[in-house]
Amino acid sequence: MQHIISILIENEAGALSRVSGLFSARGYNIESLTVAPTEDTTLSRMTLVTRGDENVIEQITKQLNKLIDVVKLVDLSEGPHIERELMMIKVRAEGTMREELKRLADIFRGNIIDATGNSYTIEMTGDGAKLDAFIQVVDDELIIETVRSGPLGIARGGKRLTLHV
Amino acid sequence: MELSGAEIVVQALKDEGVEYVWGYPGGAVLHIYDALFQQNEVRHILVRHEQAAAHAADGYARATGKPGVVLVTSGPGATNAVTGIATAFMDSIPLVVLTGQVPTPVIGSDAFQEVDTVGITRPCVKHNFLVKRVDDLAETIRKAFYIAASGRPGPVVVDIPKDVTDPNIRISYEYPQEIGMRSYNPVERGHPGQIRKAVDLMMSAKRPVIYTGGGVVLADASEELCQLVKKTGFPITQTLMGLGAFPATDPQFLGMLGMHGTYEANMAMHETDVLIAIGARFDDRVTGKVAHFCPHAKIIHIDVDPASISKTVRVDVPIVGQVRSVLADMLHLIDELECEPGRDALAQWWERIEAWRAVECLSYDASDKVIKPQFAVEALYKVTRDDEFYLTSDVGQHQMFAAQFYPFDQPRRWINSGGLGTMGFGLPAAMGVKQACPEAEVACITGEASIQMCIQELATCKQYDLPIKILLLNNGYMGMVRQWQEFFYDGRYSHSYVDALPDFCKLAESYDHVGMRIDDPADLEAAYREAFGMKDRLVFMDIVIDPEENVYPMIEAGKGHHEMHMSPHLSSERELA
Repeated sequence: MQHIISILIENEAGALSRVSGLFSARGYNIESLTVAPTEDTTLSRMTLVTRGDENVIEQITKQLNKLIDVVKLVDLSEGPHIERELMMIKVRAEGTMREELKRLADIFRGNIIDATGNSYTIEMTGDGAKLDAFIQVVDDELIIETVRSGPLGIARGGKRLTLHV
Repeated sequence: MELSGAEIVVQALKDEGVEYVWGYPGGAVLHIYDALFQQNEVRHILVRHEQAAAHAADGYARATGKPGVVLVTSGPGATNAVTGIATAFMDSIPLVVLTGQVPTPVIGSDAFQEVDTVGITRPCVKHNFLVKRVDDLAETIRKAFYIAASGRPGPVVVDIPKDVTDPNIRISYEYPQEIGMRSYNPVERGHPGQIRKAVDLMMSAKRPVIYTGGGVVLADASEELCQLVKKTGFPITQTLMGLGAFPATDPQFLGMLGMHGTYEANMAMHETDVLIAIGARFDDRVTGKVAHFCPHAKIIHIDVDPASISKTVRVDVPIVGQVRSVLADMLHLIDELECEPGRDALAQWWERIEAWRAVECLSYDASDKVIKPQFAVEALYKVTRDDEFYLTSDVGQHQMFAAQFYPFDQPRRWINSGGLGTMGFGLPAAMGVKQACPEAEVACITGEASIQMCIQELATCKQYDLPIKILLLNNGYMGMVRQWQEFFYDGRYSHSYVDALPDFCKLAESYDHVGMRIDDPADLEAAYREAFGMKDRLVFMDIVIDPEENVYPMIEAGKGHHEMHMSPHLSSERELA
C-alpha cells in the first residue's frame, strides 16, 4: 500500500542525503520525495511517498525516526489527509485542438500559464490520480513535456505536525 | 579562555575526560597534532594503519564502556578508518572519530587527499558532522560524545577542515555542560504496561528461554540479568556478542545459540513457548531461517532501539527502554506481585533440556599427536581462569572455538567483531584493551589469515610496551572458508589455503617480541604458563593445530534451529531427536 510520510528534519547540509541514503541502503521503495524549508528556517519539511506492507512501513518509520536529524514524522496515510501535487504540462496546441485543450484544462480546473502560437503550458493541481487522468485524456502525440512535483500531504482537521506537542 | 580550533579539539577531549587517542597524523590534521604535542593529559597512540586506530579505540570502548577516540587525516586516513568504523557500528560500540578534511574553500574541488568523508561514512555511523566554523567546534564535539555513548551506542564521525583548526584564529572557549537536542531523545524507562504484560507472560510460560545479546553488556546490566535468571529459574542462552553477561559456568546457561551454538540452546529455542529476548537483535546467524525461528513461542523483546524490535522477527510484547532500567523495573514488579512461574512445568522443561545437554554436542576427538583447536582454548581457560583476563578475537573458526570453549563469567571480557566479522580486529583491539586495563592479562586469539590483516601493529605494541599475548591457531587455512568449501563446494578449496606464511616467531622477534612455536599438545599448557609468566613482554605463540578440524554443531545458512549438523565424532545413538 502507498504511504505518505511527512518529516520535519533539521535544515542541515546533507539531511536529504541521510534520508535518501537510508532508503537505498535498506532497499526501501521511494516513489517521490519533496523537500523545502518551513516557516521555521531551522527546519525542513519532507514529504515522502513509499510503498510496502505493514512491516516494511513500520521499519521505514522507525529507521527514519532513528536518524539523528529527524525531529518528527507522521505517516499521513494512517488518518484522513489531503494530498496535492502540482503538474505543469506543455502540449501542442494547434488548429481545432487549441479550443479543445482549453476546454479540457477547464474541466480539470487547470490554468494555461503560458501560450505560444502552437503550444500551451497548463498548470494543474490535485491528487496523483487526477493528474494521471488528465494525462490520459490528452493524446500522447500532443504532449511535449510534463513535470510533476510529487505529492504534498497534510492531515485533515486541526491536527498538525509541529515541534510542539 | 581564547583557543585556536586545534586547541579546542584537544581541550574538548580533556573536558570529556579522554585518556587516549589512537591516530595517525597527516596534512589535514597537522594543526591538531601540534596542539597535542604541547600537552600531556591526552595520550596519543601512534598506530601503523588507521584501521587499527579504530579497532584499538573500539577495544578500549568495549572493555571500559567509555567512548574510544580516533584521530586520522583526510582522504586515505579517513577511508582506512572506515572498516574500523563499520565494525564498531555493527556492534553498537561508542567511538568518536575525528577526521581531518581539506580546507573549506577547496572542499568539492578534488583537492589533494580529499574525500567526502561524511558521505562515505554516512551508512556506517550513528551520526556524523562536518564542522565548517570554528565557533561550532566545541559544541559539535560535545554532541558527538553524547550521541556516541547514549541510547543505542555507536560511532560518530566529526570531519574537521584544516582551516577550522587554524592556530592563528582564536576564539573564546567554553565547553558546553548540557547538550539538548530536540531531534534526539533516547528512551530511558520501559513502558510499565508492557513490562506488566511481559511478566504475566513469563509467569505463564511452560518452556521459557531467556536469550540475551550484546545490549546487556553495553548497558552494564549483568547484575540485573543474573537476578532475573536466578529469580525465575529459567534457562538462558546468549549470542556471540552477549557472552559473559551471565556466567557461562552457571548450570542455567545453555551455551551460545545460533549457527555454531550448542544443541541444547538451539533445541530449547526451537521448542520454547515464551522467549525473552534482551538486548539482542535477531541476527541471521542467530535465527537461522526466520520462518522456522521459535515456531511455538510468544516473544518478549527488550531493546533500547525501537528499530531493532520486529525488524526480522515479529514480537508479541515489545519493550523499548534501557535494558538495565527495564530489567530493574521487571524485577521490582515480580517482587511486588509475589508471582512465580509454574514450577512443575519448569522442572519438566529442565528435564528435557538436560537430555539435550547429555548429547555433549561440543565433545571432540581428543588427540595426543596434534593440537586440536578446542583443546588449545580449553588449556587457555585452565591457565587464565583465575586471572583478570580479557580475550580479543579475530574472525573465523578460532573465534567460534573460543566462544564455545572459553566459559566467560564476566561481561566485557570477550571482545570480538560479531556483526561485521572483521578479520584484523583482534590485535589492535587487544592494544586498546591493554591500555584500558594495564593490570589485566590480555590475549588475542587469532588465525594465520586474520593476524596478517593488521600485523603491522606489532610495531605499535613495541613502541608503547603492550605485553599482550597472541595465540595464533595456525592451521594453514582460512579455516571457516575451508570448512564451508568442504561442506558446500565438494572440497574445492578455492584460495582458502594461506600459502607463503612467514616464520611468525622470527617476525615477532624482529619487532623485539618473544616468539614461540608449539606443535605438541603435551607442551601447550606449559607454554601458556611460560608466556603468561612474561609479564612485560609481548609473546607471539604460533600454535600449529589440526589443519582440517571443523566447528560443530553447525546450522547451515537458511536452516532452522532443529536442523543442526552434529560432529561426526558423536555416535548416532547419542544424537537425540
